[in-house]
Order: sequence, then C-alpha cells, then structure tokens
Amino acid sequence: MSPVEKNYETVIGLEVHVELATKTKIFCGCSTAFGGAPNSHSCPVCSGMPGSLPVLNRQVVQYAMEVGLAAHCEINQHCKFDRKNYFYPDNPQNYQISQLYEPICRNGWVEITKKDGTRKKIRIHEIHMEEDAGKLVHDEFQGISYVDFNRSGVPLIEIVSEPDMRDDEEVIAYLEALRMIAQYTGASDCKLQEGSMRADVNLSVREAGSEKLGTRTETKNLSSFAAISHMIKNERERQIDLLSSGQTVTQETRHWNEDAQSSYAMRSKENAQDYRYFPDPDLPPVEISDEWIEETRKNLPEMQPERKARYMRDYGLPAYDADLLTGTKRLADIFEETVKAGADPKKASNWLMVETMHLCRNTKTDPSDVDFSGENLAKLIHMVDAGELSNGSAKKIFEEIFEKDADPEKIAEERGMKIVQDSGALQETVKAVLEANPSVVQQYRDGKTKVAGFLVGQVMKQMKGRANPAEVSSMITGMIEKI
Amino acid sequence: MDISTMTATELGAAIKDGRTTAVEAVRQTLDAIEKKDKELHAFITVDAEGAMKSAAEVQKKIESGELTGPLAGVPIAIKDNICTKGLLTTCASHILDNFVPTYDAEVIIRLKKNGLVTVGKTNMDEFAMGSTTETSYFGPTRNPVNPAHVPGGSSGGSCAAVGSGEVSLALGSDTGGSIRQPSSYCGVTGMKPTYGVVSRYGLVAYGSSLDQIGPIARNVTDAAALLQVIAGSDSKDSTSAALKDYDFMSALKTDVSGLRIGIPSEYFGEGLEPEIGDAIRSAAEKLAKAGASVKEFHLDLIDYAIPAYYIIACAEASSNLERFDGVKYGLRAAAYDDLNDMYKKSRTEGFGPEVQRRIMLGSFVLSSGYYDAYYLKALRVKNLIRQSFSRAFADFDIILAPAAPTTAPELGKSLADPMKMYLSDIYTVSVNLCGLPGMTVPVGKDGMGLPIGMQIIGDCFSEKTVLRAAYTTERLLSEDGEGR
Repeated sequence: MSPVEKNYETVIGLEVHVELATKTKIFCGCSTAFGGAPNSHSCPVCSGMPGSLPVLNRQVVQYAMEVGLAAHCEINQHCKFDRKNYFYPDNPQNYQISQLYEPICRNGWVEITKKDGTRKKIRIHEIHMEEDAGKLVHDEFQGISYVDFNRSGVPLIEIVSEPDMRDDEEVIAYLEALRMIAQYTGASDCKLQEGSMRADVNLSVREAGSEKLGTRTETKNLSSFAAISHMIKNERERQIDLLSSGQTVTQETRHWNEDAQSSYAMRSKENAQDYRYFPDPDLPPVEISDEWIEETRKNLPEMQPERKARYMRDYGLPAYDADLLTGTKRLADIFEETVKAGADPKKASNWLMVETMHLCRNTKTDPSDVDFSGENLAKLIHMVDAGELSNGSAKKIFEEIFEKDADPEKIAEERGMKIVQDSGALQETVKAVLEANPSVVQQYRDGKTKVAGFLVGQVMKQMKGRANPAEVSSMITGMIEKI
Repeated sequence: MDISTMTATELGAAIKDGRTTAVEAVRQTLDAIEKKDKELHAFITVDAEGAMKSAAEVQKKIESGELTGPLAGVPIAIKDNICTKGLLTTCASHILDNFVPTYDAEVIIRLKKNGLVTVGKTNMDEFAMGSTTETSYFGPTRNPVNPAHVPGGSSGGSCAAVGSGEVSLALGSDTGGSIRQPSSYCGVTGMKPTYGVVSRYGLVAYGSSLDQIGPIARNVTDAAALLQVIAGSDSKDSTSAALKDYDFMSALKTDVSGLRIGIPSEYFGEGLEPEIGDAIRSAAEKLAKAGASVKEFHLDLIDYAIPAYYIIACAEASSNLERFDGVKYGLRAAAYDDLNDMYKKSRTEGFGPEVQRRIMLGSFVLSSGYYDAYYLKALRVKNLIRQSFSRAFADFDIILAPAAPTTAPELGKSLADPMKMYLSDIYTVSVNLCGLPGMTVPVGKDGMGLPIGMQIIGDCFSEKTVLRAAYTTERLLSEDGEGR
C-alpha cells in the first residue's frame, strides 16, 4: 500500500441477490429447475401474456423470513410488492415485481470473523423479495436475439447491507456468512457459479478519520469471490487516483470485466433510470401473523457458527476441521450421520475433508451436491478399523461410495477385497515367496533390511491385496529369523 | 321459433324444453348479426364456425342431461379485452390486432362450463379508454336506438349488440363506468359487480385496482343469471373474493318495503340534463310508493373523484400497457434501428392518441418527484371518498344516481375535448374507486327518443340488494308501460 493510499479508508456496502430453492416460481406454478429446453418452464404469467395475473408463492415468504430471522432482522408484518418499471426484452411485462416501499425484513445484522480472529457485526438494511428476469440468447451469426423465459419469475431475495465493510476480506467473510445462513435454513444452495448468489458492490473512499461518506459507485457482474476481491482493489485505487489528483468520483453504475481486470461505467441512460415504482395493484399486502413469525423462529435450524462450536466441544474436532466441515452444510450433515452410525469423529472428518474434497475436485462436483449416506462411510471406517480392508482398498471402495452411495461390505465381498483372516493361507504364501527369492532373503540377512518391502509387495500381489501389510511384514521378519 | 325478442332466460328455457335448440339459436343470432352489424359495427370478430360447432356440442350435452343451467345453449357476445383461447382478442387496438390468446379468461371457462356459446368479440374503446367506442382502431359502433349517436363506452359494442337484439347477453368490463354508461345510452341493463366478485384473470388490464367484468342483458333477471355464472372466487386472481352466497337469482323479488334509498343532491345539480334527473326522480317516487324510504343527502368529496380516478387509472395503465412492446406478440414496426427504436416505433404506431395520452399522463404521475404530489395524494383522496360512501351506507341501503350527465351524444362530437369527456364520468368513477357494485336499469327516454338509465349503487358485496331494487324498478316501470 502506497503512502497516499494509506490516507484513505474504503467504505463498502453490498446488494446480494440470492435465488431461493422453491420448486415453483414466485408468481406462478412453473418449475424453477435449472436447464430445460427454452421456454419449457413458462406460462401466460411468467411470459407476460395479456390478462395474466400473479399469485404469490407462500414458500418464498417462508424462506425470506427464515433468512431474515437468522440474520436478526425485524419482520414487516404488512409487507407489499411494488412494480419496478423498465423496458428490456428479458422482462416480459416490462416491469419487475419487487419490494421498494415495504420490504419483508429490516434492520438486521450478521457477525463475521476475520483471519486474525477479530469479530465484527455487519448491519443489514433490508431484505426484499422479487422475481428474476428471463434470458436473452443472441444468435450473432444471424443477428437475431431470442428470449427464454425459463428463469423469468424464479424467486430471489435481495439482501442490502449498510456500508459497514472496509476491505475485501470483510466483504468475502460477509458473503460467506450469508451463504451459510441461506444453506443452513435451506433457503438457497447459494452457488456463485450457477448465479444463485450474485453480489453488487457499492464502494466509496474517504480520507481516514472523516465521518462523511464519499461518492460511491455500484459495480455489477461479479461472478466469483476472486472477482469481487480484484474489483474492490481496482475500484479503490481508481477512486483514490481520481481524488488525489484533484478530480471527483462520479456516482454511477460500473460493469466489472474479470478477464481485463478492469471496470467501465455503464451508459448514462442506464444510470439515469426512473423506475416509476408503485404498489402492484394485482397483489394484496402480505399479512404475516405473530404466530407465523414465532413458528418460523422456533423451527429455525442450528446455524453454522453454533454447529462449528458444537463439533469442537462435543467431538473434540480441531477448529480447522470444524470450520471446513460446517462450511458446506451437506458435508456437515454427512459427518453427523457418519458419527451417529458409530464412526470415530476425527476419522469421519478426515474422510470428508481429504478424500471427499479430493474427489469433488477431480469430478468437478460442488461439495453441496455430494450425495452419499453417512451410514456407508461409517461402515467403511469400521472395516478399516477392524483390519478387514487395506487403506488402498478402502480408498477404491470410497470412490464408489462417493459416486453412487455403494455399500462397502457388498463391494469388498464381490471383488474379494476383504483381508484374509486365515493366517494358514497367508503363511503358505509367505513361505512360498521366501523360497522363490533366496537371494533377496540373503540380502536381508546381510543387514539390508529395506528389501523386506519387496517381499511384502510380492506377498500382497499373490494375495491380491487381501492381506494386512503390517501383518505380512511381521510374518516375513519372523520367518526369515526362524529359518 | 323466432328468438329475436326473447330474453336469455326465456331462450334458455325454450332450449331446455326442446322448443328450439342451441344450434338454431346460434344460427338466428348469426343471421341477425349478418343483417344488422354492417351498420351497427358492434362486433370486431364474429366466430360463426366456432359458434356453430360449440352449439352442436352444447345441444348434445343438454339432451343428455349433462348441462341443465338456465343459460345453457344461449349465445353470448364477449368484449374484445377478454381473452378467448384461439379467438382473436384485440382490445380494439392496432398493437394487438393479430393477437390470438393461448388461454381462456376465467369468465370464459365459466361460460363454457354452463353451456353458453360465444358468437364473437365486441367493439370497444381502445384498451377500454374512452366513453364512446370511437377510440377503437376498427372504427366506431353506432347506437342501436339512433345510428347517428354513439353507444357510449368503453363496452359500446357489447351494449349495442344487446340493445339491437343481435344477442340477448354480453360481457363487458367496467373501470370507470364502461358497463353502466353505455348501458344507459343503449337502453340495456348492465352491472359492475363489487371488486373481486368476478375473476379478472384473462381480462386485459387497464386499471387493475378498478377493473371488473360484468353482465350486460335485456333485463335484470338475465343480468342476475349471467352474474351467477361468472361470479366466483378464483385462485388465479389474488384480488378475488369468496362470497358465502352466489344465489343472485333468489334476489329477484318485487319487494322494496323498508329499503332505505339515498339520493345524493350533488349528483342532481348543475351539469345534469333535466330530463335525466326527472326520469330518475320519477322512478324513485314509484319505489317510495312501493314501500321504500327515499331521502336526499349530501355526498362529500365527489368533486375530487374525477382527478383521483384519472391519476390512479392512468398510472396503473401506463404500467399495465408496458408489455405491449413488439417483442412477444402483437404489432412490431416493420423497420427500426435498434431495440429502443423498435419499442418506440411499435408503440407509436400501435397505440391510438387517447391511449398514448393516458400512458403519458400515468408515466408522469409515477415519475420520481411527482409520485407523492399526484399518485400518493390520489390514493389518499380515494380513501376519503371511500369513507364518504361508508357514511352514506350507514344511512342507506342503496344510492340512486344518473349513469351519465346526458343521453348518447352524436358521433364525432366527443373526442375533440378529452377534458369534457373525462368530466362526463362524474357519476360512475367513484363506484370503481370504492370497489362498489353499480347497476344501470333503463328508466325512460328523452325527447329525442334516446334511452335514459338509472344507476343503483350498493355497498360492497350487496349485489343482492342492488338486484332486488333493480328488479322492482323494472317491474314497477313496466306495469306503468315505462322504462324500455
């Protein structure tokens, strides 16, 4: 950081869009499933046909409330929907149904933990519900654009923070905290890559010590945590350069280009938009009773920070393990199933943190999509503990558990991978190997004890892996000394 | 059997008894349209083939006992802003002149279930914006009583079709008087139900918080029968209401004893043609003689109804009509430079001047900086007017009012002065602002022989009281040889 930069403080607020995990859209019965042939998930309502009317999906309110309560928000018991009017072909009605005047949640906060262990509260200004737009598909070759309404009407919540963050570390910690809330409540899987979580960054700089906020810019098109981090550093520098050279920052919307590592201001027309917001007359106010709020609060599941603390306290897991496991709710859930089925917590944690993550990387699977039962993992751990499987076999079997939730007992049986407990058969093999390799045995006797490894390998090969290498090794040494 | 003078319920009974058939009724209706509509121009689309086909199907179901309702087999005309699957629905606008809906409005589903046969789609003011049916892209409809005059609007086509005898039943829509005013001009009976009683699903929206579909008929009995078919709660419309009692036919009694009738003096002062005031007062006297109590009273704030109404209706319309952009359906300009140019050219070519005026007005009152001063203030005025009506309904069961300050004006005399046209909605818009039911029944004719209607206004969900008062009025007048 240059001396000039040190004189400036960065002030950051976030607008985070989270796609909710409802099965159907916010205002009609169409499926929200990802993919599908263009316009196969659309109807008169979500394609803006004349005369069609929206009907609110109650589950959207439920999820928004769960996220709001987990983020310590007040619930607006008479929230309303407004129309945001703007023309664009992906928006079939040419207005988006959103909430401006009476959003469902207000005045909340989440706590973040920084790398140095310090904690900080980031305040949430509001959370509102809205509908997603469709998608334009451009055929550059023919110069034609098509509209696909499959995404049109998919429910979103927008979480608007106060300008409480000061650097990219805090921003990413805040996004992680929101992701955890969404995952643990089940409101969303929050996948940045699939666009189910999107963040717009409002950033301004001010001279250190100043209380007054500087002019901010809003930057869009941030599709990864890395891009957000790059953009924050870039925008901070851009604004400091402007101010320190006597120029001013223009309040505007900017578009981030991750490939070019730079942003550009969007056309002034897009900046000077008057959305003519007004209450949507097709949707009566959403009345949320005290009972509904209490019921939701009571049924909120354990959140990530609590679960992490519990893993450390009850299972004696190190902080690193507990953090990594609870960082993906799916993995934490499998961990609990595994432990419940009788496995040692640390061993269960190792399989999930090391082998599972390794396979996720290799198969490009999102850890949230991992789909096997803790019961099968527990069985596998038990078999290794009992000396029935070599580590090598266990890893091979685990690949199949990972892939298709296979039963390890069955696979070990079918493929003959179980370690042979009959020491008579093993003794015969060891004896045969020693007799077949007299020169190697001689080398061992001459003090070159390393060659034992070769002999173990030969025995394992003949046993087709169905032996415990430690047992083989001690049997070999014993036998050579006896001879 | 000649059906041309029969009411819808009489025709329904005749079909049920086998004295005639649904097919014969449709055939005669199509003949009547063929004969009269060249001059009248009540219809934008006549679906002769579709109507004959569904009449045959309906007839079979009547004979097999599957359809037993009082209106089974009766032909009906539909205002062209109500979506009909596979049948052109234009809203009388160039921008939708090729639009064929992929689905039926909820009211159409209900008509089909009850065996009514749609014979065509009726002319209207473009997007229901107008009071004369002259803003239609397809040209005006003429008044069936005197073709030199307008039928009123915006449901002018539906009212003219019923008034001329082309059909005995029609559906209209009413955002600020669009059923009640043309019913008055054409001498027919039309009702705007309480907001929420009839589903709006499939009605192309003008002012969503004000729009309501309603029946247009030759008499009160037919209107009640049709209302009974189309009313009902609908899970596809979030503003739809659920009533305990949908038996509107049971309200048809000649009985007004003890009925408290209010006459707001503000509705009978300056600006009202004396002949209209006289006709309504004369009808009120007959009701009083039959046992009702009739009293004049002051209705507050009605001067503010017109500005509040036009701000709210135009604001909603400016947003509702955004979807007509040339992207998905309807008109797209033939040549354009880029996306914005396509929007601009398609919408400029597609919308007529009155629609453009209201879109601009609505966009203005919603724009930042003006929202509070216009739109929010209009909503507050609307609430005050609602309170004013609530006070009135503490004292009265129904309120009597004109449906328009004059009888039907001559063609070509209204559009030049839009402000004057807006002001003529003074007796009808409050009913929409407050969500009330309002019904027009014919109570006489002026010196030129043009029909005069009387509006009966009730409190929310008091359709049965309104129908009873309307039915009694109709009976008392016909005993004396007046009314129609």
